[in-house]
Amino acid sequence: MAFTAFASTPAVEQAPKKRSFIALVLLLPGILYLVLFFLTPLISLVITSFQQPVLDGDIGEYQAGFNWQNYVDSVGEYWPLILRAFGFALVATVLALVISYPIAYVIGVKARRWPLLQSLLLTLVIAPFFISFLLRTLAWKQIMSDEGPIVQALKAVAILPSDGHLTGTTFSVIFGLTYNFIPFMTLPLYATLERLDLRYIEAGADLYASPFTVFRKVTIPLSMPGIVSGTLLTFIPAAGDYINASRDFLGSSSTAMVGNAIEANFLVLQNYPAAASLSIVLMAVILVIVGVYVRRSGTEDLV
Amino acid sequence: MTRRTKGLGLWIYTIIALVFLLIPIAYTFVFSFNDSGKLNIAWQGFTLDKWLTVCNTQGLCEAFGNSILVGVVATVLATALGTLIAIALVRYRFKARSAISLLLFLPMATPEVVLGAGLAAQFLTVGAEKGLGTIILAHTMFCISFVVVTVKARVASLDPALEEAGRDLYGSPGQVFWRITFPLLIPGIAAAALLSFALSFDDFIITNFNSGAVDTFPKFIYIAAARGIPAQVNVIASAVFLLAIVIVVVTQVSRAARAKRLARQLG
Repeated sequence: MAFTAFASTPAVEQAPKKRSFIALVLLLPGILYLVLFFLTPLISLVITSFQQPVLDGDIGEYQAGFNWQNYVDSVGEYWPLILRAFGFALVATVLALVISYPIAYVIGVKARRWPLLQSLLLTLVIAPFFISFLLRTLAWKQIMSDEGPIVQALKAVAILPSDGHLTGTTFSVIFGLTYNFIPFMTLPLYATLERLDLRYIEAGADLYASPFTVFRKVTIPLSMPGIVSGTLLTFIPAAGDYINASRDFLGSSSTAMVGNAIEANFLVLQNYPAAASLSIVLMAVILVIVGVYVRRSGTEDLV
Repeated sequence: MTRRTKGLGLWIYTIIALVFLLIPIAYTFVFSFNDSGKLNIAWQGFTLDKWLTVCNTQGLCEAFGNSILVGVVATVLATALGTLIAIALVRYRFKARSAISLLLFLPMATPEVVLGAGLAAQFLTVGAEKGLGTIILAHTMFCISFVVVTVKARVASLDPALEEAGRDLYGSPGQVFWRITFPLLIPGIAAAALLSFALSFDDFIITNFNSGAVDTFPKFIYIAAARGIPAQVNVIASAVFLLAIVIVVVTQVSRAARAKRLARQLG
């Protein structure tokens, strides 16, 4: 949704060539703002990532430098957290897609005949947005706690060993990531499925394709823009998330992701160059993945 | 399996999935009535006390007030800046269009932790004191792109003939904008403003990097999570949730009513 919104600008083609002076006046304040508070901070981050400690300086004191070693050190120390972040984000994205697609299909296609029901179901999908995601995550922590009903039940049927936990595990972190990003996946899927022309599906059935073949060859390709937007809207924030994996929420020290390392280095250890270099690595990997993925899925005119 | 039962399975799945999505909300709401001590973990019995003593929890209502203040100011700034950009993108041709699109797209494709750390590094470099001001600057930044996306769709669906008619009737560019374009854009601008406020109000990651000693509602929750969340937090979250749901339902019902009225007039 958000990601494909920049893709097509049909009105532009017919737009008369007006004085670009007015366009400049309209664009300037907002663009200047983004240059000052988005672009320049990214450059600051790059500069910070090369800084070196001041000799005999206090903790958190750094000076300009060209210290490549920061990258070697931080990646050397935190590579398991980087891998974990992308691994967790990948699994959570696939799970969210599998869980959300049928929901989006029901709301966007099956419920089309009843607009009021459709908007009610849609409201339920976005309802989690209206309550702090920290609280939602904490609620799951309580529900999955050792005294909670789920752990007790799992222990009773011996799926979980008697000294087992649910919170603080890889399972709970991926569960939390998946849960938190399902609405981000469902909404763009709904937006494309809602406009899906059902005559294509009928045509497939008329040509003796099985429902599964129709789904694979017709429905999925036609909903590709929603799949691309949804997976990006899930994967990117999930890879950078540090709430679900945090010890106070669903994680433990053995589930830490790269976001946790960036937060700890910046806000606790005041090792700004380490935090900055990890941020740049995270951002670079995401841009490469997004670039390759977008090209592969055939929606190159994304921006 | 017949066609009918297969469709039924999808519906049942959807209902179960939606209930699953709502479980933490129900949990938060129910535990706002828990007669708990400092820790709100085990159910101790029903009470309305927490709803009546919300602000007795140290710092909670200040944090909530800060979130509202930041949300309102950032929303006004981002909506104004983003709306202007959206109009320019749809209505004018200019050079560097793809560069500007990229600049608008990138903040949405950047993980929050990177946005937060970048701004914090910048504020550190220029020696800016972190506080409400830096939180507002940060929130405005990440809201702009979402405003542009939302308003742009509305601008693109406007009929240029309406504005042409205004110009033909000798309206000045200012009059045409304020009397024709702007009123027609209001639904899009309102949607963008609501989205901005929601994004700002619930933001934690970027805030955490740029707030210094100032607490917002999510930051209060994050800090409290280490020692246990007081039930009053659930009260505020539940109240905000109910208010948001009322706004959404009223908007949808009134839109449905308007569509029905229009259909009757046409039919």
